[in-house]
Amino acid sequence: MSTVKGSSNGAPKIGVYICHCGINISSKVDVFKTVEFAKNLPNVTVSREYKFMCSDPGQELIQKDLRAGLIDRVVVASCSPLMHEATFRRAVAGADHNPFLFQMANIREHVSWVTFDKEAGTEKAMALVAAAVKRISLHIPLERTRVSVHPDVLIVGGGISGIHAALTLADSGKKVYLVEQEPTIGGHMAKFDKTFPTLDCAACILTPKMSAVRANPNITLWTYSEVVGVEGFVGNFKIKVKRKPRYIDESLCVGCYDCIDACIFKKGNVNDEFNVGLSKRKPIYIPFPQATPLVAVIDDKSCLEFKTKKCKKFCVDACERKAINLNQTEEIKEIEVGAIILATGFKTFDAHCVPRYGYGKYPNIYTSLEVERMVNASGPSGGEVVLKNGEPPKTVGIVHCVGSRDNHTNKYCSRVCCMYSLKLAHLIRERTHAEVYNFYIDMRTPGKGYEEFYEKLLNENVHFIRGRVAEISDWTLTPEEEGKLVIRAEDTLIGTVRRIPVDMVVLSVGMEARSDADDVRRLFNISCSKEGWFLERHPKLAPVSTFTDGVYLAGACQGPKDIPDCVAQAGAAAAEAMALIDRGYVELEPNTAFINDELCSGCKTCIGLCPFSAISFDNIKKIAAINGALCKGCGTCVAACPSGALQQNLFTDEQIFSEIKGVMSYV
Amino acid sequence: MNYAYYPGCSLKSTGRAYEESMLSVFEALEIPIEELSDWNCCGATAYMSISELKAFALSARNFALAEQQFKGSNDVNLVVPCAACYLGLNKARRYLAEHLEIKETVDGALKQAGLHYSGHVHIRHPLDVLLNDIGLEKITAAVKKPLTGLRVACYYGCQIVRPYAEFDNQHEPQSMDKILTALGAEVIEWPLKTRCCGGSLTGTVQEVGLRLSYILLKEAKKRGCDVVATACPLCQFNLECYQSEMLKSYGEVINVPVAYFTQLIGVGLGLSSKNLGLNRLFTPLKMPHPVKAVQGGQRVHS
Repeated sequence: MSTVKGSSNGAPKIGVYICHCGINISSKVDVFKTVEFAKNLPNVTVSREYKFMCSDPGQELIQKDLRAGLIDRVVVASCSPLMHEATFRRAVAGADHNPFLFQMANIREHVSWVTFDKEAGTEKAMALVAAAVKRISLHIPLERTRVSVHPDVLIVGGGISGIHAALTLADSGKKVYLVEQEPTIGGHMAKFDKTFPTLDCAACILTPKMSAVRANPNITLWTYSEVVGVEGFVGNFKIKVKRKPRYIDESLCVGCYDCIDACIFKKGNVNDEFNVGLSKRKPIYIPFPQATPLVAVIDDKSCLEFKTKKCKKFCVDACERKAINLNQTEEIKEIEVGAIILATGFKTFDAHCVPRYGYGKYPNIYTSLEVERMVNASGPSGGEVVLKNGEPPKTVGIVHCVGSRDNHTNKYCSRVCCMYSLKLAHLIRERTHAEVYNFYIDMRTPGKGYEEFYEKLLNENVHFIRGRVAEISDWTLTPEEEGKLVIRAEDTLIGTVRRIPVDMVVLSVGMEARSDADDVRRLFNISCSKEGWFLERHPKLAPVSTFTDGVYLAGACQGPKDIPDCVAQAGAAAAEAMALIDRGYVELEPNTAFINDELCSGCKTCIGLCPFSAISFDNIKKIAAINGALCKGCGTCVAACPSGALQQNLFTDEQIFSEIKGVMSYV
Repeated sequence: MNYAYYPGCSLKSTGRAYEESMLSVFEALEIPIEELSDWNCCGATAYMSISELKAFALSARNFALAEQQFKGSNDVNLVVPCAACYLGLNKARRYLAEHLEIKETVDGALKQAGLHYSGHVHIRHPLDVLLNDIGLEKITAAVKKPLTGLRVACYYGCQIVRPYAEFDNQHEPQSMDKILTALGAEVIEWPLKTRCCGGSLTGTVQEVGLRLSYILLKEAKKRGCDVVATACPLCQFNLECYQSEMLKSYGEVINVPVAYFTQLIGVGLGLSSKNLGLNRLFTPLKMPHPVKAVQGGQRVHS
């Protein structure tokens, strides 16, 4: 931390530094005129310009003047404080001055980039410099405080991203809470048969990681659970997790299936979520054979006992380990963590939203996820690709970009559909020898081994028709089309409309933000893009961070992604969390609110308003008290205080009024 | 509610049966309706493709006249049965409401004719009025001769629901299905409800237009329909009048009656065939014999 020099005796000595930013600023602001203007402002002892103030020589310019005692306060007029406030504060501190005796005037984003008029630009730049000069005299030295970081991490979502992040952190010795809302981890990847472009079996590469999660002593796995409360701040989050009752004691159940066999329903009677509704499950079930944890769950919405209280409860008798507990209730776990990784995933586009493709109307039209289950050996048809009548299809059409690259649904490209469509084409052809037609707009295969996979498919006699499908229907023109589904599309390579009669259609549905994304966003206090994807702090340079410190993103909750990208991002998020934890502390900015005890009337207006629960009521003094570690400096309480007792560092009334006076008086 | 009737050119010529049947049905259901005096072309014809502004001015004159004729009411419901007029007037109404510069120019033109349009005209299709203002309950109560056993292909054409889905689903319109089902008819599953009939191509590039109409009729016939119900005079004309050409070009006897949906409602309400213009159909509408039994989805007549 810096020591303070020369800031208290006599009048302040202000240095003003105007940046050209190459020609970013100087093309629309007369920098030299602004320097001359600043020279004549009260208390300004130094006024200079430089091509790039943020460069090392630029910073040294400031440090030299500080060290020489020419100045004791610094104003830099350059870009947005979001870009370089930290740089210049570091420079000031480097010359042994308090870094908060510094003020930035934004004459790039607020001036040169938003005007064509150099004269007007120069005037506005001078006004902003005048405001900063006026305000800097009132700055006082401030100190950053350090708060220790809790070493545990919360990961929300147990798909491949959450699993990979959890294992990475646990392997480095960090304690991880992995919370998943479904009864098992595995996410979408567990439903897939093969993965592109290598055609590895998805389960073969995923299930070892799932059991590693289960076995790792550093990971606390809570499935069938949801995060319901988030309080605190980076390094010190207080989390509430709701564990939904599964009516089975997780510590006793070994997943032997005896209870499921014994259920009063001899056959499944509820749509099986894991098989995306293509088969039925019983009210007591294990989602799939490699479910993790391998523990049964009772769905109380469909269980006869919960509906009528009149079930014979064969399941309870069948369980030798007495694991079934029908009186289990919801449980709230309270934990503390230092960092949070959100890996909540995506949902597939609802194909009903494109009525011209006939999903839900014609029986043999499937979504790609349904076909993933169909081609999977543990799926509803045992890996056979069959029509509703049990026959294998002779011709299959695969329609790309359903719910992607479409002004009526989603404008964005879902990135994974071309590749998984190729994979499904390969698998369908392998299982059925059917003629397979791919209808695509553009073939997008940018990835390691992806283009090669496309070429492999071209050599497997799969047909490719470039054109967006107009309609899938059962009206016919020729006898050959009778009884078939006819796909109409413009073949843009030969320039004609084609009608391809097929037995089965696969709609390659895109990826969308989950329907509860907005609730999750609010809960964790982060932002969403307009499509609902969680917003990263910077699209290029901070792709796994969010605008809330300590909350990181992994996988498809941030945007459409394939498995390699999800895993890469999960690793990055884990590394970011590790960096935070291993540093061991966070520095809190000093722009917090503080109370003038003399003025506080104890009205408590501020207490309810604080979004960070940083204000409490001191029952002895009968006034409000602020916890500086919790205050994030949002200013809500300061604005609301009826008696003016609340003020905020760097934003006191005097500082803001002087800034306004500066803008008004000099131009 | 006050309804102003805008016939457009078709309903006074090739589409007379549409006018006759619609007005008879409105009368039978006691819906007051009054023809707009001194109406002019809607602008949907060649105007729209040559100069939109002139088309909007033509539409706006009709709107101004409607406001003048129904001075007492705040909003005027302009009932427009012709699908082309319905779309043309709707487009004009939207452009006048959303584009100030167009509204100003059109206002100037109206002013020269001593007229003014203040924006209170609603364009209503008779399907919309019957389903949403009158309601299925009232229609069902008025049924005298239910259309039981009549297998209908409901044909909406392209213009009623596109591009503006004012009162029905753009992809799967249902209003005509609901009304005719309420009258006892059996609406067949037919995926071509909004597919193009060929429009004016039957008169310009006949082989293209004819093929489009043929696809609709052939598919409807294959699915066992007794009648195609339309809501557009040009669709009705294309589908009905070219059946002999289809025989020549495709060697297929079609022989499917094509009636206005209002004619079928009129039959259900027990109105006389003369009042419904049924005598104007080239292929006469035959009501099915009473249904005896249903075997394997196929109707068996006595």
